Amino acid sequence: MTHNPYLIHPATIVERKQESTDIVTFRMQLTDPGLQKSFRFKAGQFNMLYVFGVGEVAISIVSDPDEPGLLDHTIRIVGRVTQILGKMQKGETVGIRGPFGQGWPMKEAKGKDVLIVTGGLGCAPVVGAIEYIFRRREDYGDMTILHGVKTPHDLLYRERYDAWRHQPNTQVLLTSDEPGKTWHSHVGVVTELFDDLQVNPDNTLVMMCGPEIMMRVACNVLTHKGLRPDSMYVSLERHMECGIGLCGHCQLGPFFLCKDGPVMRLDQVIPFMGKVGV
Amino acid sequence: MNSDSFQAPSPQLLRREDFPQLLHALKQSGYQILGPVVSQGAIQWKAITTPNDLPIGWKDLQEPGSYRLEPDPSPRCFNIVHGPESLKPLTFAPRETLLVLDRQDHTFSAKEIQPDTKPTAVFGVRACDLAGLAIQDGIFLNDTYPDPYYQQRRENLFLIAVNCTRAHQTCFCASMGTGPKAQQGFDLSLTEADKDFLIEVGSAKGLKVLKQLTCSLPTEERIKQDEDLIAACAASQTRSLPKSNLPDALYEAHDHPRWDEVAARCLSCTNCTMVCPTCFCHGVEETPSLDFQQSGHTRVWDSCFTPDHGYIHGKNFRPTIKDRYRMWLTHKLASWIDQFGTSGCVGCGRCITWCPVGIDLTEEAHALCQPPH
Repeated sequence: MTHNPYLIHPATIVERKQESTDIVTFRMQLTDPGLQKSFRFKAGQFNMLYVFGVGEVAISIVSDPDEPGLLDHTIRIVGRVTQILGKMQKGETVGIRGPFGQGWPMKEAKGKDVLIVTGGLGCAPVVGAIEYIFRRREDYGDMTILHGVKTPHDLLYRERYDAWRHQPNTQVLLTSDEPGKTWHSHVGVVTELFDDLQVNPDNTLVMMCGPEIMMRVACNVLTHKGLRPDSMYVSLERHMECGIGLCGHCQLGPFFLCKDGPVMRLDQVIPFMGKVGV
Repeated sequence: MNSDSFQAPSPQLLRREDFPQLLHALKQSGYQILGPVVSQGAIQWKAITTPNDLPIGWKDLQEPGSYRLEPDPSPRCFNIVHGPESLKPLTFAPRETLLVLDRQDHTFSAKEIQPDTKPTAVFGVRACDLAGLAIQDGIFLNDTYPDPYYQQRRENLFLIAVNCTRAHQTCFCASMGTGPKAQQGFDLSLTEADKDFLIEVGSAKGLKVLKQLTCSLPTEERIKQDEDLIAACAASQTRSLPKSNLPDALYEAHDHPRWDEVAARCLSCTNCTMVCPTCFCHGVEETPSLDFQQSGHTRVWDSCFTPDHGYIHGKNFRPTIKDRYRMWLTHKLASWIDQFGTSGCVGCGRCITWCPVGIDLTEEAHALCQPPH
């Protein structure tokens, strides 16, 4: 069959990094040399990762779209598939289908200040976009990266944040809901970081990913700061099985988040976000 | 599907005693033939070899929450309007293995499973089912990734529609503009009378088959008589969906108390979605062999009424029956239009008939369009 979107392609785990007790980053390489060469993705897109005999799970690609031969995926061990996936080691084989979904609005962000707001593991889907901007630093305005975690222990990519801090015209602010001995940044929820934030509402594009409640509150605060909903983008999470807008699970109002999202412009999804039972 | 150009001839008349010719012609052309066959107190698509396999001597009675077959003295083959199955199971298989994965040491390979499809002629397809099929074609074939499994089944179909001259309480195709007469999407269509069938051609494939039959030209009067019967069938329908601005009204009705009332009756059994000609939700089941050397990757119909449809690692976005009924109805009648440019409802009435408690989506839609009382 030609173009079978359900076909699973084997990939080798070439690197495994334990980020915390329940979070692991895998570096994967498609086994088929032809596919390895032809595979392309955009920052913010996701793959369906498959574990033999267990099933598939939708995980965003966190690595550099300019090096599509290597695919990094950061997972949290929370469900049926990730329980098994999380135990897999270097040299083992997983399956990949993808990439799916719409990426971050890198073109729309050109020439603008970019404000990144993430919470928890929500930083993972945005990492690719941040790296993309830093590789083309002169194409974008000021960068502000706000990231909140529950406990200091939950902070991933610590060395990346340290590196980003040293980029020109870049501000990195971290916060943790709970304090900790080694935590020298802010303590509190991520929206508290907005208090002292100077944003130019007419020339700022916001990329947001994290718990929906965090994004709703953050969007509200930013709206009060004068940002328009059509300049804010959120990455939303729903049950995804097919990745191609066919299986029906990921619907949010008229959208199939696997196909139309997971990155959505806020004004499109505002009527549906925060409604109970949608 | 019937895009090949052809010149449709004027309607032809086939005498009942010559009806077996049609089955014969299809068989000669290499089709396996399916038709409505009495099975377990209802009808199902099953292989037929003679007209006698069709449910002659039976008629169906459908009401909200009720389906009954009753003996009927009429000699007609297609007195039964429809059963629980639309055309959906014939194109979008309820359970279909997409891939088989073989394990070799630390790696595995994936093998695509070709659907085992044969050219299939289906007798007794109703206008509402053709409309449902057209909607599913749009979903499965007209996007970035046409579904190869659906496509193979679909391309193998030869559809013989039967125009309805009898409607049930639960039917509302006339108000949806999908019936009772089949307008498009068929290869041949029949209007059955006691002694004969009026045949119309809908495709080049259909024309080829028609040419093998001993037909005569119907009188003007006969054609008029069929038109009147079909019109009467439309006029006999009492149900309809609200006409004006239903999508907006449903989106705005998110907090309407009516959802609580319908949720108190709804069993969340999924029947409405299983019998619906257009519902397309599905999941994938992984079925490893006992020795864990092979695993099947199987697509299975799912329903937005199942508790885990909206479930994601520890959170369920639609935990209550109210959430799920609202999801279904709002999708079917509102967001479907945003997604596919058409309503997800064709007015076949199956969801009303096969609901164990007789919930009527037309009644719910009307109530939801009214201000809360």
